[in-house]
Amino acid sequence: MSIRERLSGNEAAAIAMKQINPDVVAAFPITPSTEIPQYFSTFVSNGTVDTEFVAVESEHSAMSACIGAEAAGGRAMTATSANGLSFMWEMIYIASSMRLPIVMSLVNRAVSGPLNIHNDHSDAMGVRDAGWIMLFSENNQEAYDNLVMAHRIAEHKDVLLPLMVCQDGFITSHSIENIELIEDDKVKEFVGKYKPEHYLLNAKEPIAMGPLDLQAYLFEHKKQQAQAMINAKQVILDVAKDFEKMTGRSYSFFEEYKLEDAEIAIVCMNSTAGTTKFVVDELRSNGIKAGLLKVRVYRPFPAEEIAKALSHVKAVAVLDKADSLNAAGGALYTDVTSAMYVNKNQVPTVNYIYGIGGRDTKGDDIKGVYEDLQKIAQTGNIENPYRYMGLRG
Amino acid sequence: MCAGCGAPPVARMVLRALKENDHAVIAGATGCMEVSTFIYPYTAWTDSFVHTAFENAASTLSGVEAAYKSMKKQGKLPADGDTKFIAFGGDGGTYDIGLQALSGAMERGHDMVYVCYDNGAYMNTGIQRSSATPKFADTTTTPAGSVIPGKMQSRKDLAKIMVGHHLPYVAQTIALNNFKDLYEKAEKAIYTEGACFLNVLAPCPRGWGYPTDMLMQINKLAVETCYWPLYEVIDGKYKINYKPAKKLPIEEFLRPQKRFKHMFKPGNEWMIEEFQKEVDARWQELLDLEEITNKE
Repeated sequence: MSIRERLSGNEAAAIAMKQINPDVVAAFPITPSTEIPQYFSTFVSNGTVDTEFVAVESEHSAMSACIGAEAAGGRAMTATSANGLSFMWEMIYIASSMRLPIVMSLVNRAVSGPLNIHNDHSDAMGVRDAGWIMLFSENNQEAYDNLVMAHRIAEHKDVLLPLMVCQDGFITSHSIENIELIEDDKVKEFVGKYKPEHYLLNAKEPIAMGPLDLQAYLFEHKKQQAQAMINAKQVILDVAKDFEKMTGRSYSFFEEYKLEDAEIAIVCMNSTAGTTKFVVDELRSNGIKAGLLKVRVYRPFPAEEIAKALSHVKAVAVLDKADSLNAAGGALYTDVTSAMYVNKNQVPTVNYIYGIGGRDTKGDDIKGVYEDLQKIAQTGNIENPYRYMGLRG
Repeated sequence: MCAGCGAPPVARMVLRALKENDHAVIAGATGCMEVSTFIYPYTAWTDSFVHTAFENAASTLSGVEAAYKSMKKQGKLPADGDTKFIAFGGDGGTYDIGLQALSGAMERGHDMVYVCYDNGAYMNTGIQRSSATPKFADTTTTPAGSVIPGKMQSRKDLAKIMVGHHLPYVAQTIALNNFKDLYEKAEKAIYTEGACFLNVLAPCPRGWGYPTDMLMQINKLAVETCYWPLYEVIDGKYKINYKPAKKLPIEEFLRPQKRFKHMFKPGNEWMIEEFQKEVDARWQELLDLEEITNKE
């Protein structure tokens, strides 16, 4: 029987880590993810886990130590947010190029500057092309479930890529909600043992990792990384299937909420999906055919699948919780619209930048977007596709 | 690596101190040694080797060591056989960009040895000044010009910073006299439990401007002038391993090197005097530290 609990998103992440029982956790405190290494240290101090906790002096060293630990042949995990991830940035690319399936809990927060400790997705968007698998989570349950599935995906021999599980800082990391936990032994069995083929601590077969890789080989190595990301798509679905067998909870690349017969649709990630579902229900009760596509798997990007899922609607709004400052629109918008274009989906699609620096996202804001979409659906006229939601003045 | 480079003898001697049956995981900071020993698909290292970036050999290796501890405890690794952890970084990757990661790893007490091969500038990128560059040296970012005669700051004393971390073993050494000093210190550092640090002067013929066959003489002059004293600090107690009966004047060390050429121009005698004063003061400080830390 699963265990019913009430936990914050950070507690849920820490408990998933406890059940995974990695060999090494290296982390540095930063709001709002600080609690994860804090809770985890308690597990270490009380001997509940076998993990060596490396209380590093910075996030750069956190990721460096995770790389060292994973290359050594161990399972390594970390948690961070915002500037912590920015400080890791150099090592984020190196982790994926070394094909090390490190798992990170990223509690999304606005990247400085100016300094702001609240939620948006500018941290995650900064590493979207770094070769990490990126899973987004609407609530504590999804943050937990995604972490339980993470190693099976990342360590698969066709993948071997690091993976980050994102959730919204404070909004879900610090909110206590109901959650269904899986029993320890079931998680242990599901996650399985890590058996790397080559690793530094294998004295019988010493190996050199992280070479100078020049013109003759780097291109081919990058292609292998790109292929691994393509391979990850099937693995993500397969792991989700096994997870559903264990828990009854079903996951895919994205969640379609009342999208099947929808005429207008919003695309968003993380906690905003919860607010949007509430609004969709309200609109549906008034006869308005609103729907939602909540992206769970952002990298690899399920381009074809998203384009297909949106092909029947009359207007789409993509909500970006990070501005790309490029005079054209947010990253998710660019990804979704280019996916639609190459898949010959001509549905009018607009972008809303929202929630920057923790600006509250209200049901009425979302309702306003659906109202805009109704007009666009009627006229087919977009005017300005690069819009804002919840911006003053 | 270049002919006359001081770094290869350092790597060779340090690893020779590893016992025959012990395995090592070596971490390299980006730099001359790393880029010349591990170009895909070849490696010059027979033990396991890992390179990730410039500033983090210490933190990368601390992760490897933590995994070892954890996996050994859990029975995930064979019970027999010992693995040792050794990092190599130049002065750029150690004194400067890597100082934070080094300090962190040393303070946390990972069972490892960090070896800095100090050639006194960023040689891999083309001889730019570092905080290990001696005063007045001509480098590509402190060129000896008509207004500013080279680097105007004194070099950082990294071994003392490491002593400030209260490590079980810190030593300063050099490849000299059949490498006895270097070998013995490497052995002590590898087989002393906890975080240990070796600072090894490793001359660079390109950056320093000496004939390539002069490496060993340059090393000898660095020691005989007390520019680079050989000493070790065991649990906080200083021990000077060699005290020249007659300390040579610093000119002997400076003269064969092109980077100090401008110091020998008429009118620049003050520079040599100032350099000598600093060498003398540092040597005296070391003698004092030896006395103070060994008092009953």
